[in-house]
Amino acid sequence: MLDVDVAVRRGDFRIEAAFASDAPIVALFGRSGSGKTTLVNAIAGIVRPERGRIVVGDRVLFDGARGVDLAPEHRRVGYVFQDALLFPHMSVRANLAFGEALTPREERVIDHERVLALLGLQSLLDRRPGGLSGGERQRVAIGRALLASPRMLLLDEPLASLDGARKSEILAYIEILRDELRLPMVYVSHALEEVTRLADRVVIVSDGKVAAEGPAAEVLSRPELGPLTGRFEGGAVIETRVASHDPRYELTTLTFAGGELVVPNLDALPGEPVRVRIRARDVSLALERPQGVSIQNVLPATVRSLGREFGAIVDVALDAGGVPLRARITRKAADQLGLAPGMKVHALVKAVSIDRHSAGFA
Amino acid sequence: MSGSELAILLLSLKVALAGLAASLPLAIAVAFVLARKDFPGKTLFDAVVHLPLVLPPVVVGFALLVLFGTQGPIGRVLEPLGIVFAFRWTGAALAAAIMGFPLLVRAVRLAIESVDPRLELAARTLGASRARVFFTVTLPLAISGVVTGALLAFARALGEFGATVTFVSNIPGETRTLPLAIYTATQVPNGDAEALRLSIVSVLVSLVALALSEWMVRRHRRAAHA
Repeated sequence: MLDVDVAVRRGDFRIEAAFASDAPIVALFGRSGSGKTTLVNAIAGIVRPERGRIVVGDRVLFDGARGVDLAPEHRRVGYVFQDALLFPHMSVRANLAFGEALTPREERVIDHERVLALLGLQSLLDRRPGGLSGGERQRVAIGRALLASPRMLLLDEPLASLDGARKSEILAYIEILRDELRLPMVYVSHALEEVTRLADRVVIVSDGKVAAEGPAAEVLSRPELGPLTGRFEGGAVIETRVASHDPRYELTTLTFAGGELVVPNLDALPGEPVRVRIRARDVSLALERPQGVSIQNVLPATVRSLGREFGAIVDVALDAGGVPLRARITRKAADQLGLAPGMKVHALVKAVSIDRHSAGFA
Repeated sequence: MSGSELAILLLSLKVALAGLAASLPLAIAVAFVLARKDFPGKTLFDAVVHLPLVLPPVVVGFALLVLFGTQGPIGRVLEPLGIVFAFRWTGAALAAAIMGFPLLVRAVRLAIESVDPRLELAARTLGASRARVFFTVTLPLAISGVVTGALLAFARALGEFGATVTFVSNIPGETRTLPLAIYTATQVPNGDAEALRLSIVSVLVSLVALALSEWMVRRHRRAAHA
């Protein structure tokens, strides 16, 4: 359980934010410079709020009114920085041991060997940080933070300096940690695909304020948040479950309240929950169930509302079995179909528009 | 080299090393404060630390004489405790320490400033207190600056003349270090040969110190980037 309600001043920039989460992973999502990093710095104790309260579990880390301000070394909050910040004068082994050695034996709840195995660190132990790749460095940084047996792990854009392949590798490790160690995490990012894949709860930070907060699927589907989050592309995030795999065509069928979705093979077992993001521009609309098209996903839906028009484009809010979807079509198409709230339509989604990056194992 | 010349060399090394050993911890503390802290009067503090670098050494020696002499305000307090600087080798070491101090502080400060402060923050989030962070992260990463500064201060101490001769005079076997002995030799008839020999000794000691510090810095770099 994390409960944050603070005001922090950084020069002329003022951050006033309140949010709470008991989700396994809460994401602080927003543009660069929105104040996300300052918020996690306040949780870690390396930035001092002007006022407010920070509570992790049953421990009050900061309480301006009562004069509580635990030093960073007493907070037991692990921190994985964007650029790893490994100690360059120590071997990987010594880096990993740094925090562990400072943790009283009876408080070491994290098993050393298990962390090494989960993060694949055994072969790196005798190396120096200078010789590691970006992905290896970040794995060591995560291991170093975990071995200090923190009560919560903060990850500040841990993938920002990595290339595509390394990114999915580290994402997979973070998912394993979430499932294996049951350690609550705060994940700071401005990358929608990371947030969609990992976060159960999303806090959208904009200009030093909390613009929205809630379950990931709900918050990430809100259309009005686009401008607040930069390259946030309009769309919907839905919670599904794996129904079956089709080995012949290498497809996976997902079910949700609005029907079934066929997507390229996902590496998940039947019954496993999967969160899927469908971009508004990948959704077409038809009045009748179309015949003779290549599209695999045809979802019956009801038009809820037509959004604001931007030039040639209009966003249509849909309801598919109670699950919100969004379609981005031309204004001309909307007029030709005569779209109006309450109309029954069919939402068409290309299977290949949902790739590995837009699906996450919830 | 005669026995008396060897004694002069050993005395010089004793004075320079004692001065360095005494000033090193304080210089590192001052360098850390200047590198990492902001406080009112920092510019003035910085200037005071650098004074020995810009003042004529004789002025520093005279100030030491006034303060630490047996009748001086500090000397009078220390004398009953058995700590005497005036006209002792310890006074020469004090003069050497003070003259080398700014060089030591400068080098260590630059090295500490080049350590990423976020590494220190990372260490704190891992459970390390400020003191532990300093000794396990900051200082090891700044060690090449400490070695460089120590060499500069040591060389400065070996060459110290003005402050030493003013403060503790030129007493054979007690305060007559290499530079003072060389000067003395040039003042007596037929002393040139001895002055030359002592000068060569000075050059050799400096070269050995330089080689030693270079080797230490390299060894540390290899260890850090292997």
